[in-house]
Amino acid sequence: MPDFEPKILAFLCNWCAYAGADLAGVSRLQYPPNVRNIRVMCSATISPHHILKAFQRGADGVFVGG
Amino acid sequence: MSGSEGNFQVRLRQKPRYVNMDRCTACGSCVEKCPTAVPDEYNTGLGDRKAIYKPYAQAIPSAYVIDPVHCRQLGQGKKCGICAKVCPADAVDYEQTETMLQLEVGAIIVAGGFQAFDPSRFDTYLYANHPNVVTAVEFERLLSAGGPTAGHLIQPSVMGLRSDIASQEKQLQKLASQLQQLEAKHGVHTAQILENDEAATASGKADLERWLSLADKAKDAESKLTALKERESIAGEPRKIAWLQCVGSRDIHHCDNGYCSAVCCMYAIKEAIIAGEHSKEPLDTAIFFMDIRTYGKDFERYYNDAKAKGVRFLRSRVHTIDRVPDSDALELTYADETGTIKTESFDMVVLSVGLEASASTRDLSERLGIALDGYHFAATSSFTPVQTSVPGIYACGAFQGPKDIPYSVMEASAAACAASRKLAPARGALVQERTFPQEVDVSAEKPRIGVFVCNCGVNIAGVVRVPEVVEYAKTLPHVVYTQENLFSCSQDAQDRLREIIAQQRLNRVVVAACSPRTHEPLFQETLRAAGLNKYLFEMANIRDQDSWVHQNNPDAATIKAKDLVRMAVAKASLLEPLREERLGITRSALVVGGGLAGMNAALGLAEQGFPVDLIERGLELGGEARLIHRTWNGEDVQGYLVDLIGSVRTNANITVHLETRLTDVKGFVGNFQSVLTGSDGTTKTVAHGVAVLATGGQPLVSEEYLHGRHPRVIQWHEVDELIAGKDPLITEGACAVFIQCVGSREPQRPYCSKVCCTHSVASAIRLKELNPDMDVFILYRDIRTYGRREDLYQKARSLGVLFIRFPLEEKPKVEADGDGGLRVIVRDQVLGRTIALRPDFINLATAILPSGAEELANLFKVPLNSDRFFLEAHAKLRPVDFATEGVFVCGLAHYPKPIEESIAQALAAASRAATVLSQEYLETSGLVAGIDPERCVGCKGCLDVCPFGAINYFEDRHICQVNKALCKGCGGCAATCPSGSVQLMGFRPQQLYAQIDEALAE
Repeated sequence: MPDFEPKILAFLCNWCAYAGADLAGVSRLQYPPNVRNIRVMCSATISPHHILKAFQRGADGVFVGG
Repeated sequence: MSGSEGNFQVRLRQKPRYVNMDRCTACGSCVEKCPTAVPDEYNTGLGDRKAIYKPYAQAIPSAYVIDPVHCRQLGQGKKCGICAKVCPADAVDYEQTETMLQLEVGAIIVAGGFQAFDPSRFDTYLYANHPNVVTAVEFERLLSAGGPTAGHLIQPSVMGLRSDIASQEKQLQKLASQLQQLEAKHGVHTAQILENDEAATASGKADLERWLSLADKAKDAESKLTALKERESIAGEPRKIAWLQCVGSRDIHHCDNGYCSAVCCMYAIKEAIIAGEHSKEPLDTAIFFMDIRTYGKDFERYYNDAKAKGVRFLRSRVHTIDRVPDSDALELTYADETGTIKTESFDMVVLSVGLEASASTRDLSERLGIALDGYHFAATSSFTPVQTSVPGIYACGAFQGPKDIPYSVMEASAAACAASRKLAPARGALVQERTFPQEVDVSAEKPRIGVFVCNCGVNIAGVVRVPEVVEYAKTLPHVVYTQENLFSCSQDAQDRLREIIAQQRLNRVVVAACSPRTHEPLFQETLRAAGLNKYLFEMANIRDQDSWVHQNNPDAATIKAKDLVRMAVAKASLLEPLREERLGITRSALVVGGGLAGMNAALGLAEQGFPVDLIERGLELGGEARLIHRTWNGEDVQGYLVDLIGSVRTNANITVHLETRLTDVKGFVGNFQSVLTGSDGTTKTVAHGVAVLATGGQPLVSEEYLHGRHPRVIQWHEVDELIAGKDPLITEGACAVFIQCVGSREPQRPYCSKVCCTHSVASAIRLKELNPDMDVFILYRDIRTYGRREDLYQKARSLGVLFIRFPLEEKPKVEADGDGGLRVIVRDQVLGRTIALRPDFINLATAILPSGAEELANLFKVPLNSDRFFLEAHAKLRPVDFATEGVFVCGLAHYPKPIEESIAQALAAASRAATVLSQEYLETSGLVAGIDPERCVGCKGCLDVCPFGAINYFEDRHICQVNKALCKGCGGCAATCPSGSVQLMGFRPQQLYAQIDEALAE
């Protein structure tokens, strides 16, 4: 699959992973544009339902950062 | 500074930043274009920064500053002005000047910090002359993800090699282009010129000479480059790193820093472990030390873990670091514990440099009149640990002496408490309250969403095609208004936003700009000012998480921006107004424990005007301190205790309950109801807003070493009684033995009791002073006289106290002689042989145990650590708080500690408690969990996962409910609930599902 572009959904904790994603921006670190971030107040909010829902909707990968 | 306590006038000089902080949006355009690179002091010179810069990535305020010395425009007298030209917010101002501020203050807190010891004066350590000898601070930067190597472990010699290669390549390029110019001019290749002089006929004599010299240089540069690259190809990550402890500490010969810097053992162990984690190849780490001083809470466990992970600990003071010829490695020669001389080479050596007072804090102290101790740290007493010699001026942190983060944070709160006690009447005098218009009820309206897309100057617009995003937003459901902003955060944009909300009757707002982490509160304020509930707001992060990270891909970045806006709009349409509730506060405190810590906490609050109920289960106040005669530096504890009890007894705000226990606790922060039970069984309920737990500790009563079976095997303060009573055992005795770590640092109790080394050393000194002919032995594992206590250790040794070290597996043996005497058998590690001592008495330094913690932990639902001490909310940053709000800890119940640290922690707990009590009411967040009582089946799954004790189970109705005052909005309960009855407001399932759907929509 040479043209395969994965769709990745990320759930990011406001206090750590989301802050890290902001810091990546401040530091101008470049990464592929395949990820869509959803901010949550804590990764504990994410239940298996959210992850399954993402896969049902066609996500190729789910990232939970917390 | 002039004036006095309660009424100081201070003049402050504020240096110009040359950047207008109100305008700077921290976009970083200036840094990209600034032509001047300067060694970055934050990265200890191991990396570069620009002349306009932010000191470090997380700096607050997040705004840039110009270094006027290196700036071409300001410092070099050149015409530059590039940063002013590229700044989209017009924030650069070269004309800014120094400003003088005049402040009227009641108290001053000095937190001047320390400087790391500069080891370049030790020529035998090669620090100044070899790149691979670094200080621990430099090594810290090499390990940091934000550091010069992005956290990759690289030898500085290789970093140097890489920069040499880069400059050599540049040089070569320059020579090649000069040669090319000559080739073009004469139409002859350089190769021909070099092979055949005749080819040169075409050129003039001068050009020919220049040609030949350039070609010569190029050849030279090329061979140098090849050599450098060859060296680089064989240089890998360091495989062996050594740490040398006590560089600039515990050293009276070279630098007069006789004290122990108190933090280096721990940071060296931490660096060794992290270096191992960062290394791709197995890394050999070795720490050369005299005594490992892991005396803090959970530190000993960390040390044990390090040993288990393979960090080598070598007890030896290394005096010289040598070069290994023809290599970047370093050679250490040292004597091992048997006295054998060994040599070992390492790829890097880290010097564990100590902490010392800086010239600037000494200068500041002189100007403020603050007395310093012999080591130039602020002089304080054990009983007033944050009070300087000047009334109204307080000290905290390493300005007062070397110390670690938790203790510095405690002292910071303690200093705030000490200052607040004096300034209590003025509390709130300068408060100005903001008023907001009545909130409009939009709950019955259909969503009317406004979308505001920010250019952020060129920060977003330079990558993302903003007009396209705006056009796209218009097509989304419920969007009735869109707008493009140059800077959405500017004051005029805020004013405009307020107007548009009213004009367009918007009931939801989406801003596509930077990060909600930095800007959401600003926009929420504007919503409130426009009469909208602040939770009807959503941001799309199209800068930090889009345009900045996809700078070379405008198409993808624009698509992503549209997706993020679509996700935000979908969520916004489902947002609902959330309420922040106000709860009343009982503005009084309950302090549990009438020892030194409890009494100080009670006084700290009472003197700020808050009523305190102080309960003590014993017959009298004073706790363990009643047994202590003197502090380690000789202050009279009993005299202090009498005064302290007097102050507590006479303070009208304090009610003392003796022979009283706490038997029940209900409620939560601001609203506790506790039941006190007296010795006669009578009960009394008190209402209080906060609780301070100060139940203290007590020494283990050991059965080891014949204790309890031989009358002259005593422990702890029994020796002080003998000394105070001038007992014949002391005045006429011939030999005394102290045994350390009795029950501490052992598998069943793997923590250091912190105060025992100092107590035994101080007692040994008193024995020697009273009876110089007595042989005094201290049998120890590591002597942990941290900080200035090291002076005592030196004094004891100079008085002839003998120290014999024993490892855990070779503990001393104590036997009773037939004639009632004592015999101690111990193996002397230096002599390498077993010796027998015949002491007149043995004093045991037994472990310090927590008391009463278990009982209170259950009542207040607060955790204990594995050693059964109270477990604070954060070991470093919240040393007196619990995760459960409104409950605080201090004293020995937290961990063994000396008097000055107990008092500082007590004041800190009072200070933290006052942050609750000083409020009129508690305001809950809107982002809290809610449980639908109709659907809750009472399984208590949520109750089990809630880390904040915010969920209550009601037996009568078989359901759980959330206490909004305690809920932190993590949503763990919502994810756990099998019936879906728990939802986190602002992050309800349908809101998250809407975002998921839109994120993955085609």
